[in-house]
Amino acid sequence: MPLARRIIPCLDVDQGRVVKGVNFVGIRDAGDPVEIARRYNEQGADEITFLDITASHEQRDTTVQTVERIAREVFIPLTVGGGVRALSDIRALLNAGADKVSINTAAINNPDLVESAAARFGAQCIVVAMDVKRVSNDQEPPRYELFTHGGRKPTGIEAVAWARKMAAKGAGEILLTSMDRDGTRDGFELTVTRQISEAVDIPLIASGGVGTLAHLADGITEGGADAVLAASIFHFGEFTIPEAKDYLAARGIEVRR
Amino acid sequence: MTSYVAVIDYGMGNLHSVASALEHAGAPRVVVSHDPDIIAEADRVVFPGVGGIQDCMAEINRLGCDRMLKAALASAHQPVLAICVGMQALLDHSEENHGVDTLGIIPGRVNYFGAGLQDEQGQRLKVPHMGWNEVVQTKPHPLWAGIKDGSRFYFVHSYWVEPSDPSLMVGSFDYGVTGCAALARDNLFAVQFHPEKSHVAGLKLLSNFLTWDGTCS
Repeated sequence: MPLARRIIPCLDVDQGRVVKGVNFVGIRDAGDPVEIARRYNEQGADEITFLDITASHEQRDTTVQTVERIAREVFIPLTVGGGVRALSDIRALLNAGADKVSINTAAINNPDLVESAAARFGAQCIVVAMDVKRVSNDQEPPRYELFTHGGRKPTGIEAVAWARKMAAKGAGEILLTSMDRDGTRDGFELTVTRQISEAVDIPLIASGGVGTLAHLADGITEGGADAVLAASIFHFGEFTIPEAKDYLAARGIEVRR
Repeated sequence: MTSYVAVIDYGMGNLHSVASALEHAGAPRVVVSHDPDIIAEADRVVFPGVGGIQDCMAEINRLGCDRMLKAALASAHQPVLAICVGMQALLDHSEENHGVDTLGIIPGRVNYFGAGLQDEQGQRLKVPHMGWNEVVQTKPHPLWAGIKDGSRFYFVHSYWVEPSDPSLMVGSFDYGVTGCAALARDNLFAVQFHPEKSHVAGLKLLSNFLTWDGTCS
């Protein structure tokens, strides 16, 4: 398969500053998303995802300005998500230089937003982000449902059916995060990754739980993900993007180098 | 006389990425516009595009961008670079949006990848074709200078270009089909991928465009 699997570092940004820490050797300002994005661009990341976790809607102008500054210096695709509620939010982020915008809770509240966004801006720039948790016990067939509010609030929506519905509404890509695994460093939740990857024809980004390079490879070979997203293993300088790509290539996975 | 690159703006999305990549690649000045005089006096012209072909064609025609583009192509001294939907709009017809007639500058068609797309090993391929794929340089061209054959560029599209005259093709990609990644004729170079999002290889292609004299040899 000639298309390279993508490695996507993710920045969590609050009011224009990277949170959860970044610890690169030689970086001047570990909180500056522009400097960090530039570093990942230089390392050969295939894409950058910027997740705005700013609580207050009023402070979101900062996000637009940050996206503008990143887009002037980073010449790989940039996805921006977090707090996207309306077509006007999507337009502002695309105009600032985002290549794709991810929609999460707003898609649950109003599934037609995905349809109208895809029609207006093109399916290629609309990513639907899904935060899922396993709701079945160990004796039952695995079943996963969508959660909101950082995994605290159940929706009762079954994950695979939701992914199919979002693809039918015109989503160009799915960003799937396992809230059971997020922050655990235990690896991706491969079962739901595989379920959704097989259920939809659009590309799938796996997210949540990466602690080793083997986890990245497993997300692709066992989970069937088209792209893998990780934060801490790159932020703390444990692994560089080239090291991750060398590892995947040694496992027989196509990467861009 | 001021020297600048004009990016034709027909209102379909953000063109700042293209403009800032051109500046990063060495363009002294980039002007984003749909003013026919500004386009006509530019040293070089970029014809970008994102979004659905039907809406793009409607805006191209409404703003007269078709005439500006044709004038630039007819003036041998203005090199033209078409990108993604900008390239697709050059052909005769696209299957997108239930079939749309396009500019007819390059004879040929724009086809849907189709459901059930597979690679040679029978692996299912997802649509859109989204990500970094290898571009085979099927013919030499000044815009390939310093770019290794088979370098990966960033693609994101669900429709692919098939020129009637295969000899216009200068680059190809494989994704279930062998599609046209780049075509060239006289002072026109058109690419399906996004050089402005293709990191080192993309910036090199843009810098080659900025020094290209508009001939194919």
